Amino acid sequence: MSEKLAGQDEKVLCYHCGDPCGSRGITADDRQFCCTGCRTVYEILRDNDLTGYYQMEESPPGMSLRRLASARKYDFLDNQDLVRQLLDFSDDDISQITLKIPGMHCASCIWLLERLDRFGTGIIRSMVHFPRKEVTITYRHGVITLRELATLIASLGYEPLLELTEGKDRSWRRENRRLYYQIGIAGFAFGNIMLYSFPEYLAMGDTIDPLFKRIFGYLSIVLSLPVLFYSSIDYFRSAWNGLRQKLLNIDVPITLGIAVLFSRSLWEIVTGSGTGYLDSFSGLVFFLLIGKLFQKKTYQALAFDRDYRSYFPLSVAKLEAGEEVSVPLADLQPGDRFVVRNGELAPVDSLLIEGEGSLDYSFVTGESDLINRQSGDLIYAGGRQLGPALQLEALREVSQSQLTRLWNNDIFTKPSPARLTQTVNEVSKYFTTVILAIALAATAYWLRIDTAKAAHVFTAVLIVACPCALALSYPFALGTAQRVLGRKRLFLKNAETVETLAKIDTIVFDKTGTLTRSTPLTINFSGKILSADELTMIKSLTRHSTHPLSRNIHAVLDIPADFLVRGYEEVPGMGIRGTVDGKDITLGSREWAGAPRGDDIPDSHDHSRVYLAIDGMYRGAFLIPNKYRRGLKTLLDTIRNKYRIHVLSGDSERDSSELRDIFGPQATMHFRQSPEEKMDYIHELQKNGRHVLMVGDGLNDAGALKASDAGISVSEDINAFSPACDGILSADSFSDLPRMLRFTRASMTVILASFGISFIYNLAGLSFAVAGLLTPLVAAILMPASSITVVAFATLATNFRARLIGIGT
Amino acid sequence: MHIMVILIGFSLFIALCFLIFFLLAVRSGQYDDQHTPAIRMLFDDTDPKSTEEENSPAEANS
Repeated sequence: MSEKLAGQDEKVLCYHCGDPCGSRGITADDRQFCCTGCRTVYEILRDNDLTGYYQMEESPPGMSLRRLASARKYDFLDNQDLVRQLLDFSDDDISQITLKIPGMHCASCIWLLERLDRFGTGIIRSMVHFPRKEVTITYRHGVITLRELATLIASLGYEPLLELTEGKDRSWRRENRRLYYQIGIAGFAFGNIMLYSFPEYLAMGDTIDPLFKRIFGYLSIVLSLPVLFYSSIDYFRSAWNGLRQKLLNIDVPITLGIAVLFSRSLWEIVTGSGTGYLDSFSGLVFFLLIGKLFQKKTYQALAFDRDYRSYFPLSVAKLEAGEEVSVPLADLQPGDRFVVRNGELAPVDSLLIEGEGSLDYSFVTGESDLINRQSGDLIYAGGRQLGPALQLEALREVSQSQLTRLWNNDIFTKPSPARLTQTVNEVSKYFTTVILAIALAATAYWLRIDTAKAAHVFTAVLIVACPCALALSYPFALGTAQRVLGRKRLFLKNAETVETLAKIDTIVFDKTGTLTRSTPLTINFSGKILSADELTMIKSLTRHSTHPLSRNIHAVLDIPADFLVRGYEEVPGMGIRGTVDGKDITLGSREWAGAPRGDDIPDSHDHSRVYLAIDGMYRGAFLIPNKYRRGLKTLLDTIRNKYRIHVLSGDSERDSSELRDIFGPQATMHFRQSPEEKMDYIHELQKNGRHVLMVGDGLNDAGALKASDAGISVSEDINAFSPACDGILSADSFSDLPRMLRFTRASMTVILASFGISFIYNLAGLSFAVAGLLTPLVAAILMPASSITVVAFATLATNFRARLIGIGT
Repeated sequence: MHIMVILIGFSLFIALCFLIFFLLAVRSGQYDDQHTPAIRMLFDDTDPKSTEEENSPAEANS
């Protein structure tokens, strides 16, 4: 069996989750699993006679358990006050809770999650609400606690999401039912009023008894009152709220149309001058609401494929038995100790264990005063350490939503010239006014020819011109694009960044840490031999820095970093310095370390140098080989002709010839650039009308990233999260960058196309309505139909383009 | 002709009954989730153990 396994490494897929097993696959019951986690789930299911789970779908349905949550993750559920807040219902014996399970994705998931009672103890019933990805569980809290319940579900691969803020929000259910009530009442009134309008439809209005005419008329009024005051009330409310804020929102024309139709009918019936159009009125409301329901369902279905496995590709230096281990940020658990180095952001609310905190909360508050913190103090997520490294203990789990909020803080919103969004907003401001003007003009015209038709024309124009399609295609196309890119491990700050990326014509690369990989295998030291103690001091010092070269030295020295560093100082573009075990260690550029001009270091082109001085004595230099990222050459070949390429390096010109080989003759290169110079360089490019994309390593280029139109930080082993950038790109996906850029441009064409569709639709609808050929009823059916078409087009076309370009799923 | 008045009243009454039934159905939660029940009804009622025994030999052979 094992031979066979080795022979087809690529082919063997995990029986549980469908991931490739690789060489470390595990076998149980003649089935292959990618990890022990998956095998454990299989065994649990087998022992509980639940293997039917695997027969429900074509592909293996399970969730990979390579990154299993720690057993202590749900410890907080032992807190009874908290549990009470989470429960839907509880009495002496039985409790009920609704858990959100983002990982739920197929029929097998439903099947398994509705058979939780088979696991025996305490669970009475479980019921899935698939569209909302929720499972409602009834259990005996005397037999199984909520913590045990959550741990059980998590151990099956379905980690429940427990957020107190969202906790018991049941308002969606009320709103949903309310819409059905409104539809039911409107439909009831519509049907019956049509019955009373039959004499009109058959043009026998004159032959029937005037008594019946009156009865029919007043009955219609009675039936249409609940339609007006209950079914259509949301349109009135929304329009009124808009008007109060001096906005003509899209509900204003709809409301106006409804109101005109109703009051005109009322007047005709009461004065006996006609039979009114209450059938049209109630039908209009009925179809508007049906359309609203369909729209809601379509949006839900399209928004549904959000990627539940994606997470920012950020790492954090977690301490495991005194060793720093780089782990994905998502794996950080409450109680874990981790290190935040100079310039890094605390990703989560934590306790300061060791180190002198001087924190910059400008990302959170906008105030850039440094706040000093001692060990034992609380540090809030978003605080940026400026100074020596800190040891922190996470107090809670990393919340992606909290980081995203921080990222989208207004302080970092870049002034964006002439975006499409703004154009759309500008246009829609006048849209309602223009539509009202057209409606009034058409009505004035029809009043002279056919008074009865005028009310219809007025309403039809207002309803059919609804710009929802126009307003919706943009967020749906960009939202889809953002999701597609996220799946390819480029995380964008917000959907608008897609638009910015599409406009880029110049790309500026930082060298160290961006073009080069930050984990070379060997580093040479040229100069006086260093003692073991001195190496330990250097390792201790470099521990505090996030600069790629410091990280390199730190990673290569395989010794403990035991020494305490005092007076740590880091000057961007120069180097680092600190007192370790009574000795002053200086690491950095030639000037910073005071190295003599004519040193005897062998000249080599493919190395970066870090000079070292101890107690003011120059000792030599570390030679760090430049390992360029895989795929860099092909990447550049693809983008060379489309973009202007610039390289900014803080390093000396030594490796310029090698860089030139890779980048080609057209690229502009600048060396010995300080962070400020990089920033100024970008400003200079922008002054010349260039749209600049800066690709940097996050922390050391923060200024340039912020200055550029779009800044992307390439994240490898540091917590490169800086709210100043617009995107985080996982280093593994670096070579996909050209395709991603191409995809952003494709997304913009999709948006333009959907604008075109909705514009043509509106124009055609309007001309029919103005000509009096469209009844309000048909307009009410067409309006949501057009919105659904445009939104579906925007979403599907974006996905389709992604597949064409080769970054789809 | 006046029988019409009674008939209209009667038809309105019946229609009202249907409306009330509909509103009650919504109220009881029948319209909260229209997706999951459609999948749920496709699951076999039989004990999954027997399904497993029937299927697994065939799977092992293939």
